[in-house]
Amino acid sequence: MTDPITVRPSVPPRTLEPTPGQTVGPFFAYGTTFPKKHEVAFPHSPGAIVLGGTVLDGAGAPIPDAMIEIFAADADGSVPRARGSFRRDDHTFTGFGRAFTSDEGHYEFWTRNPGSVRGEAPFFAVVVFARGLPDKLHTRIYLPDDAAALAADPLLASLDPAERATLVARREPSGHLVHDIRLQGEGETVFLAY
Amino acid sequence: MAQDDRPPAAAPESLLAAPDRASQSQIDAETRELHAEYARRIEAGERLPRTMYDFPPYRSSILRHPTKDPKLVDPETIELFSPAYGQRDVAAIESDLTLQHAGEPLGERITVTGRLLDSWGRPLRNQLVEIWQANAAGRYIHQRDQHPAPLDPNFTGAGRAVTNDAGEYSFTTIKPGPYPWKNHVNAWRPAHIHFSVFGSSFTQRLVTQMYFPGDPLFPLDPIYNTIRDQRDRDRLIGVYDHDLTVPEFSMGYRFDIVVDGADATWFEAEEGER
Repeated sequence: MTDPITVRPSVPPRTLEPTPGQTVGPFFAYGTTFPKKHEVAFPHSPGAIVLGGTVLDGAGAPIPDAMIEIFAADADGSVPRARGSFRRDDHTFTGFGRAFTSDEGHYEFWTRNPGSVRGEAPFFAVVVFARGLPDKLHTRIYLPDDAAALAADPLLASLDPAERATLVARREPSGHLVHDIRLQGEGETVFLAY
Repeated sequence: MAQDDRPPAAAPESLLAAPDRASQSQIDAETRELHAEYARRIEAGERLPRTMYDFPPYRSSILRHPTKDPKLVDPETIELFSPAYGQRDVAAIESDLTLQHAGEPLGERITVTGRLLDSWGRPLRNQLVEIWQANAAGRYIHQRDQHPAPLDPNFTGAGRAVTNDAGEYSFTTIKPGPYPWKNHVNAWRPAHIHFSVFGSSFTQRLVTQMYFPGDPLFPLDPIYNTIRDQRDRDRLIGVYDHDLTVPEFSMGYRFDIVVDGADATWFEAEEGER
């Protein structure tokens, strides 16, 4: 039997240089807001949880002008393909949410626990923007519940325990998830390149 | 650190002014030195991002840049998709920033048109493009903007469009004014429009700024100069295009956007309205 990897065509060379990123700046709120932007799932609907935390700078101070985006699978592990993130109808799950940090640096989403299709560790894909941050940052927020899946995850397995802890959320007794994002310094979040 | 041990949050407006009040010549000297250093490191074979996260002339980046290199990972399924959009997700009027109020905004009316492409030149259709900008006097409508230039009751400065089958978007707006800020003494941002695009894969997510040709503020601006290479900086300057200029109505600029992603984005089927 042929190994599927060997028959996969190779990636041709890129023909265009990418447009470089720039900071989101201080005044993004009026340009990027939309109603219920942080309500990926309708609040208090079955399976809905709060995912929230604080975004911190290198001095441990909260960042009041950050924008956090998440995109994740639905509870059954399926990739959401429904439209309507910017026009929420309160029942369609689009998987995408956007939150601005408060004056205390807090961000919050109503969403669902992403599911797993083949036993892989479920996570939220996350992008961080902020005034003072010259370009976007990618990271992940993993669910803390399945220790075996977390141990088998290739990214987490490549990290030391302290780094790994920056990517795994904490589950509250309420079922909600807490996860701080530190841009710099002690406990600096692991950020990703693809 | 427990929640209670954290320092109290400062008023966000108070964070906008850098404490050292550097002069423009100090910022210019730092910028030149860093650009020269980056060129040396590239020459020596080091890999550096196109936009530098640690760029001290942009004072608020000092405590907000990661100190560790990002971990290189293979994107997993969810990261190779992006939120789905279609032509029906934004109203046509959202792409005309001059029609959102009862009267016409003041300033030089412009149209900004371009294509959203991936690294292989393929147009990305049905993608959301968001923009926001200052008014003609250089004032943002945001409540934290302290610049005492006039607000324009007929201009908000925010727009949205969805790319068509050729990956094209188009906005009608007014040319924003230069904007003073408190990074250093006499700091002025070159006129710019903020752009936010998604791409077909979440790894392609991009927020950037479009500038206008010939602006004398380019060498003085720490944010523009977080991009270390002149060729990359040039990519953010919209091109005046007389064919896009509408007679007796508006000046036309072209701004194409190329989003990069992982190699795996090559294989992804084009997303679209189905």
